[in-house]
Amino acid sequence: MSALGNIIKKEARELMTPTTFVPIILIAIMFGTLGNAFGNIEESMQEKPVIGLINSDEGNFSSTITSIIETYSDVVFKSNDTLEKDKGLEELKEKDGIALLIIPSNLSEKIMNNTPSEIEIYWIMQGAGILDSISSSVVEQLISTINTNISYELISTNSTVNPTIALNPTYRNETTYFKGRELKGVSPGDITNLLSSQSTLIPIVMMMVIIMAGSTVISSMALEKENKTLETLLTLPVNRVSIVGGKIIASAIIGLILAVIYMAGYSNFLSSFNVSGQINLVDLGLVLTPSDFLLLGVSVFVTLIAALSFCMLLGTMAKNFKSAQTLTFPVTLLALIPMFITMFKDFDTLPLALKALIFAIPFSHPMMAPRALIFNDYILVISGIIYVGIFAIFMMILAVWVFKTDRLLTGSVRRKKKGRSLFKLR
Amino acid sequence: MAVVEVNNLVKSYGPIEAVKGISFSINRGEIFGLIGPNGAGKTTTLRVLSTLLKITSGSIKIMDYNLEKEPDEVRKIISYLPEDAGAYKNLSGKRYLEFIANFFQKQNPQQMISRGMEIANLGDRIDDKVDTYSKGMMRKLLVGRALMTEPKLAILDEPTSGLDVNNAQEIRRLVKSTAKAGTTVLLSSHNMLEVEFMCDRIALISSGVIVEEGTPKDLMQKYNAKNIEEVFTQVVK
Repeated sequence: MSALGNIIKKEARELMTPTTFVPIILIAIMFGTLGNAFGNIEESMQEKPVIGLINSDEGNFSSTITSIIETYSDVVFKSNDTLEKDKGLEELKEKDGIALLIIPSNLSEKIMNNTPSEIEIYWIMQGAGILDSISSSVVEQLISTINTNISYELISTNSTVNPTIALNPTYRNETTYFKGRELKGVSPGDITNLLSSQSTLIPIVMMMVIIMAGSTVISSMALEKENKTLETLLTLPVNRVSIVGGKIIASAIIGLILAVIYMAGYSNFLSSFNVSGQINLVDLGLVLTPSDFLLLGVSVFVTLIAALSFCMLLGTMAKNFKSAQTLTFPVTLLALIPMFITMFKDFDTLPLALKALIFAIPFSHPMMAPRALIFNDYILVISGIIYVGIFAIFMMILAVWVFKTDRLLTGSVRRKKKGRSLFKLR
Repeated sequence: MAVVEVNNLVKSYGPIEAVKGISFSINRGEIFGLIGPNGAGKTTTLRVLSTLLKITSGSIKIMDYNLEKEPDEVRKIISYLPEDAGAYKNLSGKRYLEFIANFFQKQNPQQMISRGMEIANLGDRIDDKVDTYSKGMMRKLLVGRALMTEPKLAILDEPTSGLDVNNAQEIRRLVKSTAKAGTTVLLSSHNMLEVEFMCDRIALISSGVIVEEGTPKDLMQKYNAKNIEEVFTQVVK
């Protein structure tokens, strides 16, 4: 074999370890799952919005409005009686509709008399993620098309029309139903925008804490092995629970300090974009109560402990500092996936497979908790805390067990093919 | 009185039997040397005795404690110095000794730390970061760490590994004086002169089995050898 071939063979053998391949295989599986999920989202974006229409106007513009709505949307409830609003909303909820449009009986008449007419929109909001508001944007576009068409008709038939009316013949009177609440005067887009800073800040901060504190734990274990201090530590009169617990708590403190520094900078960055508007979260009742903050704190704490216990377990597999960096990769990925998904989609609007995945990833829960708490979805938050707590305890038990076995020092022993060494020590 | 009693100790790593049923005992204040070729099972035996590895079969008693059942109690009375041990690089030598002493003396560790500093004999450099130490200085610090706790049993794997002649002699003198003060010492070494000079009794281990045991003098007589090195080459052929 040539010298080059010999080196290539040696390098390839060194690199072809489970530590190299397992994270990549996991990533491939996760991307596959995410791809399917986002494929579903894309399909739903291309579908016509499901809406209800109550058109009690019998004037000039009535047929134009009906025609546009029927062309660009899937009308599942149709009526000309405004008293059937509640019936329409019920039917829309059953059929996953997003909005009920009510055209008043005097719309055409008012516009013809140079007065803008209202169009009532009752939104049924499914989620507050950035992608969740896409379907409502489609309906908003529909209203805009109706306006444009009415304007066109006004200008082409009546050259003396008031320009203000010609440009804006209708205005919207909106009410949004979201997670059991009736929010008057706001659209789903408004709510999404109001919640967006909280939707991005908390997932990003959690992601940073998990990655920073997690890599500290993994590196700490790797350095103990690389600097040959682990053997001494394990022969000292200190039980394994204290060693595992000490490392986890120290990393949690460092992680939280880093998070506070990060959050201070990021909040400042976000506040620079805040524009005072007419609507705010307090007016809408979309704020966290002290008990909500307590639950959020518990969720963050339990998740941090779970993440660090998981990292401690990964750290026991680290051979040295270099392998520790590779082992940080799955943690980073598990923090990034829920961060992006919770930023873009609401848990309730996710496909079932993605819901299961997000719930199973313990790091998702504090990212989802603030929004869930605002809308009183305590079942999701409390079940998340219980699940993450069980996960943390299981990981800690597993880490302590590894500390009590020979595996921490000797690695794995496996049989190999004939003619090769049977024995592999770390 | 036997401080260490090893009975029919077997240690396997999966399908590999590294130690195959060895038995020996060490008396109080005795320096017992475990010598043998590379891969003979010396370090494995020391690691089992220091509670790092589990016993596959057999039993070990240290003082009155059953090592398998009471490892936490055993850790309170032993001190282990691994062959290639290191210390926390971001700590100074003194802080490292403080860190270790706090596990043994929670109330007043100062006396233990002073003893460790005296044994390490690093002068002002004890306040420098471990990261800046030479190999010899690091070893002296670790010997100081291992002996400052005045353990009932000191388990030293190649205690003079990497040290120059002067430093090695200093460590040997220290180990001997520690044994005289009542600490039982179990050590392994490749240096036959060191073994001959330090050990009261030795056991030669080969392929996981003790093939010879006795005082250096008796073994040299038995094999008509001038030194332990000759005994070693005759026994471990």
